[in-house]
Amino acid sequence: MLGRAHLKRKAEAMEDKPQFLPANDDEERAEEKNIRKESASKSFRPTRRSFLTQLGVAGITATAAPLLARAPAAPPPVEVPQETPATVPGAVPVVLNINGKDYRLTLDPRTTVLDTLRENLNMFGTKKGCDHGQCGACTVHINGRRVNSCLTFAVMHQGDKITTIEGLAQGGELHPVQAAFIECDGFQCGYCTPGQIMSGAALLKEPVGPADDDVREMMSGNLCRCGAYDNIVAAVQSARKKSSSQS
Amino acid sequence: MEIFQYQDAKTVDDAVSANAGHSGVKFVAGGTTLIDLMKLNVETPQVLIDINRLPLTQVESTSDGGVKIGAMVRNSDLANHELITKQYPVLSQALRSGASPQLRNMATTGGNLLQRTRCYYFRDTAYTACNKRNPGSGCAAIDGFNRIHAILGTSEHCIATHPSDMAVAMMALEATVHTQSSHGERSIALDEFYLVPGNTPQKENVLQPGELITYVTLPPLANGMRSYYLKLRDRASYEFALSSAAVVVQMNGGKIVRARVALGGVATKPWRSHEAENALEGQAANEKTFQAGAEAALRGARPLHDNAFKVKLAQLCLTRALRVATGSNENAT
Repeated sequence: MLGRAHLKRKAEAMEDKPQFLPANDDEERAEEKNIRKESASKSFRPTRRSFLTQLGVAGITATAAPLLARAPAAPPPVEVPQETPATVPGAVPVVLNINGKDYRLTLDPRTTVLDTLRENLNMFGTKKGCDHGQCGACTVHINGRRVNSCLTFAVMHQGDKITTIEGLAQGGELHPVQAAFIECDGFQCGYCTPGQIMSGAALLKEPVGPADDDVREMMSGNLCRCGAYDNIVAAVQSARKKSSSQS
Repeated sequence: MEIFQYQDAKTVDDAVSANAGHSGVKFVAGGTTLIDLMKLNVETPQVLIDINRLPLTQVESTSDGGVKIGAMVRNSDLANHELITKQYPVLSQALRSGASPQLRNMATTGGNLLQRTRCYYFRDTAYTACNKRNPGSGCAAIDGFNRIHAILGTSEHCIATHPSDMAVAMMALEATVHTQSSHGERSIALDEFYLVPGNTPQKENVLQPGELITYVTLPPLANGMRSYYLKLRDRASYEFALSSAAVVVQMNGGKIVRARVALGGVATKPWRSHEAENALEGQAANEKTFQAGAEAALRGARPLHDNAFKVKLAQLCLTRALRVATGSNENAT
């Protein structure tokens, strides 16, 4: 049997907490910074990612000890840049609405929505698998429809509403598909899971037949190398039943 | 990926005047082919004109009883549109068999018509020999691994298969492509839209540089016309066709009065088979007729070492599609 710790780890994998600050306006930014400082001073609770990042840095520090003898022993938490510097000629200002917040960015027009989320906004919940629209790990919702965020440039989405796995839960409540994935154990390693869940959540609003095979067909754009397909189908079916009985 | 300059077009006039046909200027719609190929450095546009805000998103009835489809209608919206599911089920079936739900939400009607081939040698710039990518450089596929390649419409310069499902159904429905450019508007029958590779595999259709697809129209179907799309592939879902068939038939008693046949996955363009249509029309809808139609369709096939199986596969695909479309085997769906 899998223990509670296992489930907790899975739940964390499903909702990789972002470590960004919204750039709506300077006041809001300053306010949020203060809140963050306060909470950080009260209790330092590392996320899975910050823990791993520091582990990596610590590892490098240890092997390079003679060279970095004067380096501080515990590096501070990774600071996320507020805005991407315009490093490439032709970079353009872009405002993106992600999970209900506007972000002002300066982007190389080659930057996909996926890379913007991960590299510019430190929202790591959306995963990069194949980067060619073949695996579905990068699935997000744009204006309520599921799309492959690796195959579309961020600059093409000003004025669109982008929802990522980080924005799926509402008011601290998991989305029914997120809850169903935990209930049905719809994953093993968890890497494809955010994409699977974003697909499953969109599927609830699409014309899809009632059978498991209908779900399989409509989830075929999301590959799972662990082969957790049976439980993924069960999770989507469970969420569909619950949402149809509620509506 | 090469750097490009991005431009946003608000109107069709904006788009075509921004793209006056200079080399290096490309329209981007759903991006599912173009951005994929830009990542592979197969496509290297210098200017990208975003046409996603163009008001070409309607599916509407035409006065003659047909349908007019905006070039920016997404594949999923077209597949699920009432006018299409009711009047042109073959088109819904073809669209739903293509790609994944995510990609169908992105891909557009105009873009789907212009999909590029999945030939591995075209997509991988490590292979220098590709006449489509680099005219005059040769064809790595002819003596390479060519299991997915074409057996119809090939030349000694290119054997790349056209990957679209949608276009195969539209071919059987006798669609017309409508375009606009700085020179004005024009209409092109889909049957005359695509080019076989011949000596110029880099030229896949008759569009001029800077010409934008604005609409596709489908003529009305006569009462009692039946249609069906069958796709055979290596996986049950989310895979390109090894062989597909779109069939539109009009029956009278047990006889096929009118037949429109197109094949996918086996040809260098969505393949309308007038040969199969001639063999089917006026004949009784039975196994012998279907077989004759299938043999006629593949008579000109030029199989290579890895794709010879496609001759038989395409024949079986077409006979089965005909069986279903003519109602000769209601259980075959």
